[in-house]
Amino acid sequence: MQEFLSTVILLLSSTLRLSVPLILCGLAGLFSERSGLWDIGLEGKMLFAAFAAAAAAYQFDSAWVGLFFAILVAVLLSLIHGFASVTHQGNQIISGVAINFISSGLTVLLAVGWFAMGGRTPQLQPEARFPTVVLPFVEEMRSVPVIGPIYADLISGYNILLYVAFAAVPITWWVFQQTRFGLRLRAVGENPAAVDTAGISVDWLRYRALLCGAVLCGIAGAYLSVAQSAGFVREMSAGKGYMALAALIFAKWRPVPVLFACLLFGFLEALSIRFQAFDFGLGAALSTQIVQSLPYLLTVVLLAGFMGRAIPPKAGGIPYTKDR
Amino acid sequence: MASFLNIRRIVDFAVLPLMNVAVALLISGLVVLFVGQNPLEAVGYLISGSLGSGEGIGFTLYFATSFLFTGLAVAVASHAGLFTIGAEGQAYLGGLGIALVCLSLDRFVPWYVTLVPAAAAGMLFGAAWAFIPAYLQAKRGSHLVITTIMFNFIASSIMIYVLVNLIKEPGSMAPQTRLFDKGGLVPKLGEILPVNIGTAPLNVSLFLAIAAAVFVWVLIWKTKLGFEIRSTGANPAAARNAGISYVKITIVCMLISGALAGLAGVNILMGDLGKLQLDFPAGIGLVGVAVALMGRGHPVGIAIASVLFGVLYQGGAEISFWMPNITRELIMLIQGLVILFAGALSLMFRKSVYSLVDLFRVSKPEV
Repeated sequence: MQEFLSTVILLLSSTLRLSVPLILCGLAGLFSERSGLWDIGLEGKMLFAAFAAAAAAYQFDSAWVGLFFAILVAVLLSLIHGFASVTHQGNQIISGVAINFISSGLTVLLAVGWFAMGGRTPQLQPEARFPTVVLPFVEEMRSVPVIGPIYADLISGYNILLYVAFAAVPITWWVFQQTRFGLRLRAVGENPAAVDTAGISVDWLRYRALLCGAVLCGIAGAYLSVAQSAGFVREMSAGKGYMALAALIFAKWRPVPVLFACLLFGFLEALSIRFQAFDFGLGAALSTQIVQSLPYLLTVVLLAGFMGRAIPPKAGGIPYTKDR
Repeated sequence: MASFLNIRRIVDFAVLPLMNVAVALLISGLVVLFVGQNPLEAVGYLISGSLGSGEGIGFTLYFATSFLFTGLAVAVASHAGLFTIGAEGQAYLGGLGIALVCLSLDRFVPWYVTLVPAAAAGMLFGAAWAFIPAYLQAKRGSHLVITTIMFNFIASSIMIYVLVNLIKEPGSMAPQTRLFDKGGLVPKLGEILPVNIGTAPLNVSLFLAIAAAVFVWVLIWKTKLGFEIRSTGANPAAARNAGISYVKITIVCMLISGALAGLAGVNILMGDLGKLQLDFPAGIGLVGVAVALMGRGHPVGIAIASVLFGVLYQGGAEISFWMPNITRELIMLIQGLVILFAGALSLMFRKSVYSLVDLFRVSKPEV
């Protein structure tokens, strides 16, 4: 029993850790896509933010400075996306693809040019990373059966960005459902002409949505390189931005389901890491590959409308022009 | 005369692409300067490495051959208004088909006998991998961009499984098949033509790629199907009203697109590697997006853009060899910038250049 509990706790806490970048990126995508802008560039923004965070944290010996630069870089990339797809009404998908390419290239180019370590940044000292947060009364609680270990090992003991990510979900929900900005944001993704008629600037609203997303993407990047690991490694985002996109679709573009979709995908990832050789009657190798591609398979099935319908924001992907 | 020398057409097909590349190179040069290296020196290596020797040209055209296949694949879909990112996965699975044929025939028949069924298998596998996203887009309305991205990931999972567990060379540690025998290798151009390209892997697939480009040109501009494809791309609603089936056009276009992408494996596997290995496409599907955008969907434009990207790939390797502080990823940056300027920001340049050329015209344009 004791052993079972600790295995479960280990698996779940690894699920939480792995789902953080997905949650942050998924919410970032939620902001831009609900405003009517496709955001394929999540992957690139997170990757570049991770590099900026690691480089700045190393240079200034501070995780917080790293976080600041991560957000700054994500904002700049989002502004490029906005400039191309909002101001110049370019193709949003092409612009996102371009951002992913630019990030993949520029991060390694700068890392090699500045640090000459084959695309890495130098190992960060513990004080330049986000410390582990220990919640109060952990030691006192530990002796309590079941609840004690859950509190000590599953709820407490992560770095602060993980708690930020989980707090971002209710905040995002509140912004979307309870604020004027959120209402307008949802409206502009469905019917920009109506928003425009009401005298609200469609472009400015979409830029603001992109900026909200950029902050979240920046935090996701900093989490990867300054909290989860101790430095930047080339291509360290490893498709997480695309998986977040999948989670966003899986959640049918709603904030709270985004959390659950990301937790599910994080859980699948944790499973495939923990049980390298696990087997459900199909052979170990096949099972691992199936579990790893399950998030993408599930998303395709959902998109195809075989498991409920995922209806994207109506104005998504269409540049808004005032006069026709 | 005036219609023959339509200035705006020249701007669209020559001036703008050149401007896009120039701006992309300029920004990349600034980045090189920013990391403390000499951009002019880098340009020197870029040019001399890719065009300065027979071998360099051979490598440049070898890369260009792959890009021509994937660029055409993206372009065919784009004429129907479909934006696909799936060429990568289709080329990957196409490679599986090619390898299967090569592995079963290479010890018994000469290469020109293997080539036909191998190419057919590559096209078949590539098309099959494109079929599901196409069907879902046409019938169920799921977003093609998203499904093709997902399918690239799924393809890579499948290929890991297949390579590691099913067709790996027994006793080898690396996830790759055994080397093809002579019957599974197409000849290098240096072997059959009086050209000196050194060790460059440029091979007869180049002619296959050129044939594919001609095929695409005929298909899109000279056939009824091509007309239907372009109509659907220009205005799906009007095309539907004219009796053109959206489902048919979407699926047919994506099948052709997948088949073209699948052919890229002939160049890489039968022309160079001589085996199937993990991640062999290495981004050619995504380069195809850039090449198709830059070439504006026209086979001639795509061919020119492919050679340009071939120059970047080969020259980029040369730069990173001579200047260790600049990595091959410089190419990724240039690629990204080209996609940004030629694709997403195409309207920005066009507007300003149009108004500039209109200044020098006596009569105003009719539109």
